[in-house]
Amino acid sequence: MTTTVTSHRSRPPAQPASLRARRLPWYAAPAIAVAALALSAVIVYGAGIGGPVLVVVLGAVLYLVGLFAAANAVEGRRSARNRTWSALIHSAFVLAVLPLVSVVWTLVSKGTERLDANFFQTSMNNIGARDANGGAYHAIVGTLEQVGIATLITVPLGVLCAIYIVEYGRGKFAFAIRFFVDVMTGIPSIVSGLFVLAFWVLIVSPWFNDGRPSFSGFAAALALSVLMLPTIVRSTEEMLRLVPAPLREGAYALGVPKWKTILRVVLPTALPGIVTGVMLAIARAAGETAPVLLVAGGGAAINTNPFENNQSSLSLFVYQQAGDASKYAPARAWTAALTLVALVLILTIAAKLLARRNRLSR
Amino acid sequence: MGETPHRSADAGTGGTRVTQSHEWPAGASARVAEAPVSPRSPGGAGMGGGGALPRSRKFGAERAFRGLTLAAGTAVLVIIAAIAIFLVAKAVPALRANTENFWSYEGWSPNETQPKFGIGTLAFGTVLSSALALLMAVPVALGIALYLSHYAPRRLGTALGFLVDLLAAVPSVVFGLWGRDIFINPVRDFSVWLNEYFGWLPIFGGDGPFGKSIMLGALVLAIMVLPIITSLSREVFLQTPTANEEAALALGATRWEMLRTAVLPYGRPGIIAAVMLGLGRALGETIALALTLGITFGISFNLIQNGGNTIAANIANAFGEANETGRGALIASGLVLFTITLIVNITARAIIYRRREFTESAA
Repeated sequence: MTTTVTSHRSRPPAQPASLRARRLPWYAAPAIAVAALALSAVIVYGAGIGGPVLVVVLGAVLYLVGLFAAANAVEGRRSARNRTWSALIHSAFVLAVLPLVSVVWTLVSKGTERLDANFFQTSMNNIGARDANGGAYHAIVGTLEQVGIATLITVPLGVLCAIYIVEYGRGKFAFAIRFFVDVMTGIPSIVSGLFVLAFWVLIVSPWFNDGRPSFSGFAAALALSVLMLPTIVRSTEEMLRLVPAPLREGAYALGVPKWKTILRVVLPTALPGIVTGVMLAIARAAGETAPVLLVAGGGAAINTNPFENNQSSLSLFVYQQAGDASKYAPARAWTAALTLVALVLILTIAAKLLARRNRLSR
Repeated sequence: MGETPHRSADAGTGGTRVTQSHEWPAGASARVAEAPVSPRSPGGAGMGGGGALPRSRKFGAERAFRGLTLAAGTAVLVIIAAIAIFLVAKAVPALRANTENFWSYEGWSPNETQPKFGIGTLAFGTVLSSALALLMAVPVALGIALYLSHYAPRRLGTALGFLVDLLAAVPSVVFGLWGRDIFINPVRDFSVWLNEYFGWLPIFGGDGPFGKSIMLGALVLAIMVLPIITSLSREVFLQTPTANEEAALALGATRWEMLRTAVLPYGRPGIIAAVMLGLGRALGETIALALTLGITFGISFNLIQNGGNTIAANIANAFGEANETGRGALIASGLVLFTITLIVNITARAIIYRRREFTESAA
């Protein structure tokens, strides 16, 4: 032991080269990169087959090949593989960042064009193709009402369902519920929209509406609840499982009945995690377009009654403005998109921060 | 855990005691004690040993609460069954009215007096665009996840991971709008270039116009599912036991060999789950594709010419002018989509549940 320590401390200045693995010098990788770019520029412009983008792409491929060849010759095959995969993983990162940065940049630069008070105070009622103003007030009202009603429906149902799975459910039935909650996570939003269309709009709503099917914000809320339910059940279930068993046992030992233990001990302990899950579910539901398109119908005027007549929502507003031929429509669409993203991101960030403060960490 | 000593003690005393202990479950002593003298009688004061356990009431809060949670649990099964039932109920009349074969007819005109519509082209487009999107997104997503979990400095990795989580929450309509307004330009240039030099390949053939093509739709889909797959697989990679990684490194593995032998096998169920979730999103994606595809009816492998359609995008596009039969036809196509996603999901979940028995990983 001591010998190794001393030998490390006073490293002999001239270690025999045969004891160390040969390594590429530090300047090898940049040199190969420059050479690859130069070669690819010569090929591309020489043959006249493309522009600067192709130079970069071809250069990247040549760089990978050159790096592998050089490392293979000097350092051996294993190290060459390591270097190539490392370069590939880094380039995957760069490749993915480009479009995502473009999305964010476009959103901010185009979205701020119409970001004024008028946009948030007016609806699209009586706004023709030549009118530059018009806003999303009706859409914001619709989004808030629909998501609010959906939350009111889903949270009690989802939390109770999770309680059943974790605390009461035994055997095949509970397993089936868990399994189908997982399966429900994958139901496409348009299918839930079609379901509510078939069930509520076409079959149930004629009873209230003189026999005529009617779109409504409430129908959209129903469709959104179908989408929110599995998310809430899964996150609540995970949180309930994290509550330490001694807490429950302590309550039982004091003679507290099981239902009271769950309501007074287990749920409050898991509450921050449950709220996080609910907020993430709300964020997802607020961004859904397809179900609202199918069952709320959209509309240009302000309609604060979610139980009657067409209602719009922010995401549907974006979609409708995107399909509008007016030259002012794109600006409205992008501003509404920016508003929607801001709403969703605020919810998501708040949820993540709340999750970070949660004491029941994974 | 606490049962083990009991069992060994019973084994020592003999068989009779074992059967006896089964005959006297925990709650039984209370009932026996209640039979002669109720512990709730004024004199008894309800104290003393197991006999003081309160009697279980028939309609107490416990039962009510239990029933409530059971009802909520059953609601999930009811909703899934109701989705299938109501979709079938509304689809059947339209399918009866269809004058062409629902599976093979290439076209969608259910609103005419002689309704004609077929699911073949739409299902083909759905599967093709989703498969292409996953083909492009999965390697890149896994690369980013590995970069964030094992290459990037820890702080940078955490910060970027948070950013990826945020991107996963961006609504699809935003990606659709971006694809239609901005991303279409580079894709069109690329398509023209591909057509010029690789036009002899059928998938890049044709003579335009280019742009609103399967390629644009699939690329936008890929960019959309990228954050979802990345964020899930990154979490799985981070959960790899450090001991496994260090053991691989201690045996002299390079970093890539460590990833291949320790991290990737450990995360495989999680990766499968992430990819399947991404596939589910891609199959059901509506608005982004309704905005970026060129909406045509026909089965073609050409990726770069204007065209392409999916079940979901067709529903969004055709819903506006649909009549009674038209709605039924769209609901029928939704039923097909529901079935496809259900099969994909059940397969994925079955894989995960089976794998979970071997490797305890979060999936």
